Amino acid sequence: MKFTKDHEWVQLDDNVATVGITKHAAEQLGDVVYVELPDIGRTYGAGDAFAVVESVKAASDVYVPFAGQSVAKNDTLADSPHTVNEDPEGAGWFAKFTVSDASALDEMMDRAAYDAYLETL
Amino acid sequence: MDAATETMKHTPLYDAHVGAGARMVPFAGYQMPVQYTGVMGEHNHCRDHAGLFDVSHMGQAWVRGDKATEAFEALVPGDLQVLKPGRQKYSLLMTKDGGIIDDLMISRPTDDGLFIVVNGACKAGDFDHIAAHLPAGVTLEILTDRALVALQGPEAVDVLKSHIPAVADMVFMDARALEGFDTDVIVSRSGYTGMDGFEISVPAAEAPRIWATLLQDERVQPIGLGARDSLRLEAGLPLYGHDIDATTSPVEAGLKFAVSKSRRERADFPGAERVLREWAEGPSRVRVGLKITAGAPAREGVEVVDTAGTAVGHVTSGGFGPTVGGAIAMAYVKPSCAEPGTRLKALVRGRESEAEVVAMPFVPASFVR
Repeated sequence: MKFTKDHEWVQLDDNVATVGITKHAAEQLGDVVYVELPDIGRTYGAGDAFAVVESVKAASDVYVPFAGQSVAKNDTLADSPHTVNEDPEGAGWFAKFTVSDASALDEMMDRAAYDAYLETL
Repeated sequence: MDAATETMKHTPLYDAHVGAGARMVPFAGYQMPVQYTGVMGEHNHCRDHAGLFDVSHMGQAWVRGDKATEAFEALVPGDLQVLKPGRQKYSLLMTKDGGIIDDLMISRPTDDGLFIVVNGACKAGDFDHIAAHLPAGVTLEILTDRALVALQGPEAVDVLKSHIPAVADMVFMDARALEGFDTDVIVSRSGYTGMDGFEISVPAAEAPRIWATLLQDERVQPIGLGARDSLRLEAGLPLYGHDIDATTSPVEAGLKFAVSKSRRERADFPGAERVLREWAEGPSRVRVGLKITAGAPAREGVEVVDTAGTAVGHVTSGGFGPTVGGAIAMAYVKPSCAEPGTRLKALVRGRESEAEVVAMPFVPASFVR
């Protein structure tokens, strides 16, 4: 699993990357009440917003850290958005993308680097 | 920490908030707690038990003098002649054009003078406006040495009466100067949650001790600005600068109850011409409650359209209502779209959320009258 400074996580399996928000992000947001997910088949550039996560407090964009095309979304979040709080780095995943260039993930942080980054915040 | 954060003021309870692990945010010029443990949990605790709020950023003042009542009446549309000692009234500082400078509470906790509480974000302008309009012999005494806390929720009265027995005899919108917590306090049975509860003005130096004393009661938890907003939203109470401002009239805002019949008959308050015209002919827009029945929550600024797609207004505040269990909002819409049951749509980030006009409050009030 790789991580971004915007607190997304990416899990690459073959050529398909699953993206969600980190445990830290979920804790900062508080109770998630709504998740807006991408349309399937849409093409995104690196850094594009692909989802919106809404907590009781505010709405926040979620970014895809690589160029790719959306191939799946986690529809269970429509009825149980709180899954994002309960299991942010597992069942609370947002969407899956085909990755145009997997080398984009090389620049992302691994778990140790991300944990160190959190210490600096 | 940036420059803007450094210049933020602290309430007398700042250290208590930081010590409790609150997340602090800038609000109305102060560093204020937005949450302690989580908005949803704090909201629900206040609805079920008792919540303690630091609202010391709000402005407190006495207006005194032989002609204080007449002088202050010239600024608001309420009848203050009939405001008896021991009672409080919700009112509005009005522009001459019929807009709202701020909403405020006016009370007579004693036999002498009017005690006023205004919004924190507006207080400097409010006090300038008030001072500029008071005649010789009427004084505005701004209380910079007092804190203000609110204890709200169904168990608030039982908690507070163990410290100040007299509060058990008060009813909604009573206000009294009392002895409590070994000091002088000004207590009103009111608040910003739509529930039973109290607002308690205390000397700033005593505030941390009183705050800690109240939190020792297991029924009481501190509540941040996040839940304060979700509670007032569910109560249908407008937030100044969002749901009401210098362009909105009391008629448009659904605050006709703040315009007394006697003042209407005398037509002698600022903005009377517009207010009375809208009262007779109907306003061009009105504040309504919206329940979002499908789609994303609609927040401030979101456009509202009818089922044909024609623009009919916009959202002035909105979010998730934990007690309602769904997204709710306040919006200004054309009067033809204001009837409860009307189906509308909110355009959230280019997508349509389904909305229905509903009567406010979203959650029934539970005042002790």
